[in-house]
Order: sequence, then structure tokens, then C-alpha cells
Amino acid sequence: MTSPTLGRANDLGLSLQQQRQRAAFWFLAPMVVALFCVAAWPLLRTIWFSLTDTSMDNLYGGKFIGFDNYLRVQTLSNGTVRYRGTLVDPAWWNAVWNTIRFSVVSVTLETIIGLGIALVLNAEFKGRGLVRAAILIPWAIPTIVSAKMWAWMLNDQYGILNDIMMNLGLIDTKIAWTASNDTAMIAVLIVDVWKTAPFMALLCLAGLQMVPRDIYEAARIDGVHPVKVFWKITLPLIRPALMVAVIFRMLDALRIFDLVYVLTPNSAATKTMSVISRENLFEFNNFAYGSAQSTLLFAILAIFVSLYIWLGKVNLSGEGR
Amino acid sequence: MDGMKLLKSASFYLLVVVIVVFSVFPFYYAIVTSFSTGTALFSVHYWPVAWDWSNYESVLGGRTFPRNILNSIFISSVTVAFALTLAVTASYALARVRFRGRALLLMTILGVSMFPQIAVLAGLFELMRYLNLLNTPWALIISYTIFTLPFTVWVLTTFMRDLPVEIEEAAIVDGATPWIIITKVFMPLMWPAMVTTGLLAFIGAWNEFLFALTFTMTEVQRTTPVAIALLSGASQQEIPWGPIMAASVIVTVPLVILVLVFQRKIVAGLTAGGVKG
Repeated sequence: MTSPTLGRANDLGLSLQQQRQRAAFWFLAPMVVALFCVAAWPLLRTIWFSLTDTSMDNLYGGKFIGFDNYLRVQTLSNGTVRYRGTLVDPAWWNAVWNTIRFSVVSVTLETIIGLGIALVLNAEFKGRGLVRAAILIPWAIPTIVSAKMWAWMLNDQYGILNDIMMNLGLIDTKIAWTASNDTAMIAVLIVDVWKTAPFMALLCLAGLQMVPRDIYEAARIDGVHPVKVFWKITLPLIRPALMVAVIFRMLDALRIFDLVYVLTPNSAATKTMSVISRENLFEFNNFAYGSAQSTLLFAILAIFVSLYIWLGKVNLSGEGR
Repeated sequence: MDGMKLLKSASFYLLVVVIVVFSVFPFYYAIVTSFSTGTALFSVHYWPVAWDWSNYESVLGGRTFPRNILNSIFISSVTVAFALTLAVTASYALARVRFRGRALLLMTILGVSMFPQIAVLAGLFELMRYLNLLNTPWALIISYTIFTLPFTVWVLTTFMRDLPVEIEEAAIVDGATPWIIITKVFMPLMWPAMVTTGLLAFIGAWNEFLFALTFTMTEVQRTTPVAIALLSGASQQEIPWGPIMAASVIVTVPLVILVLVFQRKIVAGLTAGGVKG
């Protein structure tokens, strides 16, 4: 951890600033090395694998084949041209659309519901602390556990959700939520919104509590309608906090794996980019092909983040405050 | 006028009740299910019908689940200890020392925390196989660094940045080296922040699924999320819902208690890590 240079720095006659910078270097080095080993290096290897024909049994025997895992154009002897590779693979594009549809719908719902809950919690009422504790529970429950809990509640024969809806007369036949292609995505969305909307609410609430109370007071005295107060005062003031919360949620949603894998296994209607990549990597023995898909997912996320920061002018680093 | 007011506050409280039920009901229902066995499982009960501990006995008396719990505790604790050790010194450098490339380094750390884990999965698998760590806890401890370390560095940096300059200046005047400043001046002030970040990192490691699923091969090496996801009954067709719910309750209750005890600190820690407007 420490290094002999730190103690002796004074004796060498370095200026205070130089001494501090030298110490900073040694303080940062272990972290940088650790992050290089678990993030940068594996990422580079994944990208490299995507350009080879490596297989699971022979990790070091792969030959460089260029971009063939992404797109390969073959001209057959009879003159017809065939396209191969991930970029023309319908299963991959299905996964891309599933992921995007899931992310956009879930994050939108979570933001709206989360903001709603936050507005309720921002009001003064008896038992507010208890409610705030209660909404932390879905966040604290491991994703796998929530997937299993909801799989049981959404069970077609014995599930409580079908029972409630039958009793209320909303449906007349039991729905196979997780098994049917029409409802599998809805099932995943329900669980994800349940798990993360309360968390969004807490982030929004933190933003709301930074809005000075006297602004509301002034608006009330001037007789401004509460809806107008929300759109003209509250929302613009919490927009920066909201933008950052949305991007973090969006990134989480775009890489979703565990919930889909456990709640709706092998359903084409919900298979996301992470799920299909892992399937190719470790289940279908298409190691290089799966690497190409995970590299694409990385590229899509990187582009999304850059666009978002650039267009939304989001200050993520907190520097220069 | 009074009737109007009453209606308003009644509908407000109704909304509050809906929020609470929506949040708590699934966990409550898992607990109810975990105490049902046999045919009681196959009819819907809104209230507990019996206190039958046999699901818990079958899970905890099973061959592997107790071991899976120990795996999870060991892996999460070591991961957190490792991340905090590296993060304390790194965040001091990032928060208190001016040097070129600091903003870039901060953005890189934030970037790593946003990494899709699937993008490093193939490379990490190769690394773990090369180091002969597959199917050991160390494969998971090392891989979990990818999300615990950036997170702890980030939160501790924001925390340290807000500490007043004066306390450090006094130490510098007294001739303290940066190492002394961290251990003697900052560490005592940072305990609350370290407990919070450590707890959040612990929860992250405890809940992780993708790496744990990929880097473990045998039942005894699994962590609890993988064990629960792959828990199967006597036959393939029959899903053992009772034991699954019992196992779920066992791994969730400690987390829920921790979160409720530390709720204020957790919310503060999450806001520092996530929302920084």
C-alpha cells in the first residue's frame, strides 16, 4: 500500500506540491492497475476474440479472421451472394429490439412512477418515515429473488396475480404470463418497474428536497395552480438530478441479464443482447461469435452515453462546482 | 368546503397505502408461501394458513445451500475489504490533490462503473482460466472489483471533496505526510461514509448473478443467487416453490434489516453515487 518514497519525500527537498503529487501517484497506482486487470484488459481480449475464430475448448488456437463474425459476404459458385454474421442475424436484431423496447418502456414508466411517489413523499404527513422505509424493500431484494418471487406470483395455475384479476373480473381465463410470447415482456417490465421505481423515487426525492420551500410558498400566495407549479418550477429545478438518474437507469436497463434469464428463460420475446451474447459464448459453443455480440453491446452503450452527455449537457464528474 | 378537504386527504392516504402495498406485498407473499407445503401451495392464500418450517428445514438441511450462504458471505466481505482499501487512498488523491489528468481519470472511473459486464465476460473467463481460478471464490472476488471499486472510489471522492480544507492545512503545517494525513486526519472522519459505501458494495456483490453463474461449475461453489436460480426439485417438471421461497427469504431478510437500519445513510450514499447535478 504505502511506499518508502512517501516518508522520505521531505528529505529530498521537494516542494509541497511535488511531494503531494508524487504521493497521489502511488495512491492511485494500485487502483489503476486493478481496474486495468479487471476492465481494460478483459475488454480488449473480448474485442480480440471477436476478430478470431476462437472456441471454448481452444482459447489460444483462434486465428485472426477480420470482421467475419460481424459480417461476411460469400459469393457462391452459382453467382448468388450470401451474407453471414451477427449484423445479418435475425436472432441478434430481435435481441437488440427487445433490449431497446424494454429499456425505453421500463425507464419511462419508472421515471413517471418514481416522480409520482417522490411528490407524495415530499409532502409532510404522519408515517412518512415508514413509507420511505417500505419503498426501500424492493431495492434491497436481490434481482434473482425478485424474479423468483414474481415468477411464483405470475404462475399461470397457482399465481396470485391471476387470482386477483379473476376475482376483480378483469380477465376470464388465467394468463400464462411468463410462458406466453404476448405477455413475457409485460411480465419482465412489471418486475423491473416494481424493483426500480421506488429507487427512482428516492433519487427524485433527494432532488425535490433541495428545492427551497419558500419558492412553493411564493407560488401559493400568487395563486399559481399546483400543476403549473410542477411544470414551471419543480421540474426545471430537479431536471439535472433527473437527467443523471435516467442515464444510470438506462445503462442498467440496456445491459439487463439476470431478470430476463431467470423470469422468462429461452423466450424469444424477451431475449436481450446480454442474454443472447452469453448464450453464444458459453452455451452454444460460439465463443468468438458471442464475443462479437458483446463487443457490439459495448459499442452501442458507449455511443448512447456519449450522445446523452453531449446532447443533455450533463455534468457527470461533479468537477468545477 | 370541509367535505372537500376530507376527500382530498382521504385520497392522499389511499395513494400512500397503494404505494406501500405495491412495495411490500411481493415480499410478504414470499414469506407466506415459504410457510406452506403440499397442497396448501396450490391454492391461493392471502393470509398465512400455517407456520410450517419444513421448507426452511429442507433448504438449510440440504447438502449445499448452507455452503452457498458461506460462499456469498466470504466473497462479498473480501470484495468489499479489497475495494475499500484501494479506494481510500485513491479517493484522497482524486479529491484533495491537483494534478493533470484528474478530470479524465474521474471520467474513466465513472465509465468503468457503467461497463456492461457482458463485454468483459469472455476476457475475464480467459483470465480466470489462465490463473486457474475458475470455480473458486477468487474468480468472483477479482471480477467483482469491476463494479465495487469504481463505485467506492466515486462515492468516497465526492465525500472527501466536501470536507473543509482547514483540517488538512493544519496537518500540513505540522509537517504531516499525505499518508499520515489520510490515516490520522481523514480516516476518523470517513468512517460513516466508508460504512455506507461498504454496505452498498456488499449488497452489490451479494446480489451479483452473471459472473457467479459463469465462473462456478459445481453446486458447492455457487453463491446464493445462482443456487436459488438453479434450485430444482426431484423432477425437471416440478418446481419446488416452497423451498425456493424459503431460500429467498433467508437471503433477503438480513439485507432488508440492514437496509432499514441504515436507510438514511444508504439514501445519502446512493445520491452521492448516482445523482450529482
